[in-house]
Amino acid sequence: MNWTAVWSIYRFEMARFVRTLLQSLISPVISTSLYFVVFGAAIGSRIDEVEGVSYGAFIVPGLIMLTVMTQAISNASFGIYFPKFIGTIYELLSAPISFLEVILGYVGAAATKSLFIGLMILLTASFFVELEVQNWPAMLAFLVLTCTSFALFGFIIGIWASNFEQLQLVPLLVVTPLVFLGGSFYSISMLPEAWQTVALFNPVVYLVSGFRWSFFGMADVPVAVSLLAIAGFTLLCTLAVWWIFRTGWRIRS
Amino acid sequence: MPAMVEITNAEKTYKGGFQALKGVNLEIREGEILALLGPNGAGKTTLISTICGITMPTGGTIRVGGHDVVTEFRKARALIGLVPQELTLEPFETVWSAVRFSRGLFGAAPDEAYLDDLLKRLSLFDKKHSQLQELSGGMKRRVLIAKALSHDPKVLFLDEPTAGVDVELRRDMWEIVSALKETGVTIILTTHYIEEAEAMADRIGVISDGQLLLVEETASLMARLGKKEMRISLAEPLTEVPASVSDYELTLEEDGALLIYTYDTRAERTGIARLVAALAEAGVVISDVETRQSSLEDIFVGLVRKNDKEDAA
Ligand SMILES: Nc1ncnc2c1ncn2[C@@H]1O[C@H](COP(=O)(O)OP(=O)(O)OP(=O)(O)O)[C@@H](O)[C@H]1O
Ligand SMILES: [Mg+2]
Repeated sequence: MNWTAVWSIYRFEMARFVRTLLQSLISPVISTSLYFVVFGAAIGSRIDEVEGVSYGAFIVPGLIMLTVMTQAISNASFGIYFPKFIGTIYELLSAPISFLEVILGYVGAAATKSLFIGLMILLTASFFVELEVQNWPAMLAFLVLTCTSFALFGFIIGIWASNFEQLQLVPLLVVTPLVFLGGSFYSISMLPEAWQTVALFNPVVYLVSGFRWSFFGMADVPVAVSLLAIAGFTLLCTLAVWWIFRTGWRIRS
Repeated sequence: MPAMVEITNAEKTYKGGFQALKGVNLEIREGEILALLGPNGAGKTTLISTICGITMPTGGTIRVGGHDVVTEFRKARALIGLVPQELTLEPFETVWSAVRFSRGLFGAAPDEAYLDDLLKRLSLFDKKHSQLQELSGGMKRRVLIAKALSHDPKVLFLDEPTAGVDVELRRDMWEIVSALKETGVTIILTTHYIEEAEAMADRIGVISDGQLLLVEETASLMARLGKKEMRISLAEPLTEVPASVSDYELTLEEDGALLIYTYDTRAERTGIARLVAALAEAGVVISDVETRQSSLEDIFVGLVRKNDKEDAA
């Protein structure tokens, strides 16, 4: 294991993030604020409470999840796609490192970035609504796991994509709908019964539910199930990455 | 001393089924400069790529510093620096962050003094904090060299270091390469230009159609294949070569006005004096004499043609 190389990749990627810190933060923070204005103020004034929590506070965990998932995917997929695109990947391929170092460096950096953005959103949200996190360790654990697993997922997309359209395709066609339908802005129990059953097939429901539980102590599905879901997703992505690693799929000709 | 790079029966068949390397055997000695010469699509880049880990060989074995490039890839690759054919750099990074990244990627501990010195040697020091997109093509090429040398490799691969570079920069590059040789680095470069191979390399390998046609000392290659011609202009045309000199390798051209004598520059006796004397004896009047050495280009073109003919046969 070449930790110097892992650190090099990680620092290189983080430097890019820091250089563009303002841009990286400004769009998620602005869009979160907009969500608060639209959902929190406009709709919230009609809904007032969901299971004892003010609607404004209720949507915070979902909003953080929404941003963190999209950020982790886009950061990780772009991070590995860009060297492929401009050709600098030759250096990763010729370095005395295995694919493992590459993954740790890129996925680690993307997860760190999205974790940071997630926490910034939490901070922004605390300006709009009164917010109390009941279980900090659980909250952070869910956040870190989500960042990591979705960064892994993004990494796979970045390896798979052979053009920019494909890079956008999966996040746009799969992730965004799943996240929006994943109970970010409502409790599953607010849906008609038939749709509640459908919702249970959406993996994002489990993540949002577990994450929300760490804030308010209430959940759509049992927390243990949420944990299993996120662990399962992480495992799935790890297996996929391991397979890519073994076969050199789409990396070495 | 074992070879720095040992290539045994290396083969590469790309996914589409195209065989770009057809069993290459080559030993590269420590500290030498080897030029790989060959036309477009000959397999030069492919050969370098399989040594450096960009692609995997589909047959044969390759060792660098005694380490197999597949099974002991960490040890092998730590010895290698690669300057690719294309100018591929992250546009928004600075020279400094680029070289520091490369050094770390190869597992070398940070060493600012070494990297500063490297940048000075490559006349890049005043550009240390410039963005890569602001540099000229020649500077970018030098940044790629700096990246390749950032971890102090033992073997350096330069894939067409002077492609798209003007005459002055080409001289620069030659100087950089010979200065590197002084430090003991083994250098393998590819080129389309024969003068370049001649000027820089200790040995030249000619590659065509995935096969290494020959590898030889630059000088001896010139001598072995570089036959010299003596072109003798005659005052009066001849209809045939005089019988008294029929032992010599002579041909008549330009309707008998030009007599061409082909001889080996390495032979102990070229036979020129005796030939001239014999011609005078036979009553042939010489008006002018000129000698010409065939260039590496002629040799190369000849070799490739010969190879094509053998393939066809
Ligand atoms: N990734 C690839 N997949 C399939 N075929 C390839 C690939 N890379 C190269 N080839 C083919 O292999 C052959 C050798 O290519 P290579 O790039 O090694 O040539 P080269 O000698 O470096 O040429 P040039 O002087 O133009 O750089 C070419 O016919 C090329 O089309
Ligand atoms: Mg090439």
